Amino acid sequence: MSDQPAIKTENLGRIYKIRGAKKGEARQRVALADVNLEVPRGEFFGLLGPNGAGKTTLIKILTTLLAPSTGRAFVAGYDVARQPQEVRPRINMVSGGESSGYGLLTVRENLWMFGQFYGLDTKTTYARIDELLQIVGLADRARTKTSDLSTGLRQKMNIVRGFLTDPEVIFLDEPTLGLDVGASRDIRHFVRRWMDDRPGRTVLLTTHYMVEADELCDRVAIINNGRVLACDSPANLKRRLQREAIFKLEVSPLRNGVLAAFEQLPGVRKVVHSPQDGRSELDLILEADEALGGVVTALNTHGAHILNLQKREPTLEDVFVDLVGMSMTEAEKAGEQELMGG
Amino acid sequence: MSTLITTRPPDRGWRLFVRTIVARAYPRVIGQQREKAWIFFETFLPFLATVGYIYVYRAIQAPEDYIGFVVMGGAMTAFWLNVIWAMASQLYWEKESGNLALYIMAPNSLMAILLGMALGGMLATCLRALVITVLGTLLFGISFAVSSYFQLFAVFVLTMAALYGLGMLLASLFLLWGREAWQIATALQEPVYFISGFYFPVKSFGFAVALAASVLPLTLGMDAMRQLVFASGPSLGFLSVEVEIAILSVLAVVFIAAAKFWLDFMERKAIEEGTLTDRRR
Repeated sequence: MSDQPAIKTENLGRIYKIRGAKKGEARQRVALADVNLEVPRGEFFGLLGPNGAGKTTLIKILTTLLAPSTGRAFVAGYDVARQPQEVRPRINMVSGGESSGYGLLTVRENLWMFGQFYGLDTKTTYARIDELLQIVGLADRARTKTSDLSTGLRQKMNIVRGFLTDPEVIFLDEPTLGLDVGASRDIRHFVRRWMDDRPGRTVLLTTHYMVEADELCDRVAIINNGRVLACDSPANLKRRLQREAIFKLEVSPLRNGVLAAFEQLPGVRKVVHSPQDGRSELDLILEADEALGGVVTALNTHGAHILNLQKREPTLEDVFVDLVGMSMTEAEKAGEQELMGG
Repeated sequence: MSTLITTRPPDRGWRLFVRTIVARAYPRVIGQQREKAWIFFETFLPFLATVGYIYVYRAIQAPEDYIGFVVMGGAMTAFWLNVIWAMASQLYWEKESGNLALYIMAPNSLMAILLGMALGGMLATCLRALVITVLGTLLFGISFAVSSYFQLFAVFVLTMAALYGLGMLLASLFLLWGREAWQIATALQEPVYFISGFYFPVKSFGFAVALAASVLPLTLGMDAMRQLVFASGPSLGFLSVEVEIAILSVLAVVFIAAAKFWLDFMERKAIEEGTLTDRRR
């Protein structure tokens, strides 16, 4: 099975029944549709998308926690629905904000317990725990009760739990969610180092932090509304926008309806408006630099003053905007409204 | 990290099963040592109720062995409390904390997790029950007349097996009820005290009611132990000890087998519907 890809999905789909749906409301929700992915062994693969895009659903299917409604999925060469007992010893998962383990146990005891569930002998378990705690900078907290750890330290413990079993494929579901900058950076460094030291091991990372995906991943799939919209290396994805000109403008607060007028201007491909405290931020994707003149004129016409203007290189956020037509934040809001029946 | 020490390949099969049981039992046993408050809340407070019954029996000049009956009932309440609060509703809390998903995803068996919870809970509760028995014996001068230590041991082990088998069954069923598990546990607590005859011989109910109550392992377990431990026990017993041992054996097998069946069903359901591992559903 070592010649098989680490992860492969074929027309994978998942539909959730909506419990308690009233008359006229949707009775089911498509969480995932026709997902075809192939992740070779040794790749750091990212799934990038807003909350509710289907990332966690895909991870649940790949980790044998959820059955697909359509299609098939394979991890380490084994069918996740038909051969879960073959898949499970080869994988592990860490989720952001998880509170697994028992608060009364120390960090070392909790990790030992999870190691036992994977059949590791005690000597190996303790040796690995000590090694990994040292690397994540948690060695001095090994005998601290888990309930006494801060969120960041607890997540470091969760990371050690996931890597303790030396999985062939590890799933990291928003592992830095809610963490401060320092803790997030430590976790990213640890994961990158693990990949560098363990060729052949595979990481599937879901995140809605663009920078995280850009920094860590060999390839990224952009997912929204349960569908994979693009899949390539971050550099190649950004290259799609190389021909466009991308500007970031800070202007005085914009009136309602102005944005629609901008989008009609010649040469303007996408405009994302982020209202800030006492000002507005505009991210513009233009077909060429020349289109900027029209935008500046339009801003003047609507009485808005330019406070700052920067031309910048494309980011994965721009790629997302280009593919979806809205920013990640707007996509999340749209998804929430759809769920609430709005 | 380039090494990630390995001394031998991970265990699978029965070795993994046993490892899982021991690992899951560990938090139960160690937790007791770290939270000393249990001495007050789980020993002293239940003991007050026991003492209340003792004074009632003394006031009405009931036979002295009744005092021993009550102390034994008080000790056994610790096991029932452990079964409903730390077994039956436990998988629900494991789901809420995210542990259940990790348990299902690991290569071990959920049955081993439940057995570990049961074993750990049983060991920890034995200490609580012992404290109540010793306190009651010393304070109220209870005299024992054990007729067969072997049978006493057998009855205790079978009662525990059947009781914790019931706890495992309830644990898998409670997953269905989700948040209502807490209310169900509360609702079960007092009626079981009553129907199992924690503070009086179950024979007092009459044959039909006592027989119906015998579906709860504590009913026959306590009845048999009282017959084996107190001089007047046999005269107040519901069925013969031998018959009660036989029924307890059947109950142990039935409850553990039913727990296994339901747990497998729940795991399948969890994977098909995706509802049992999601904390917000």
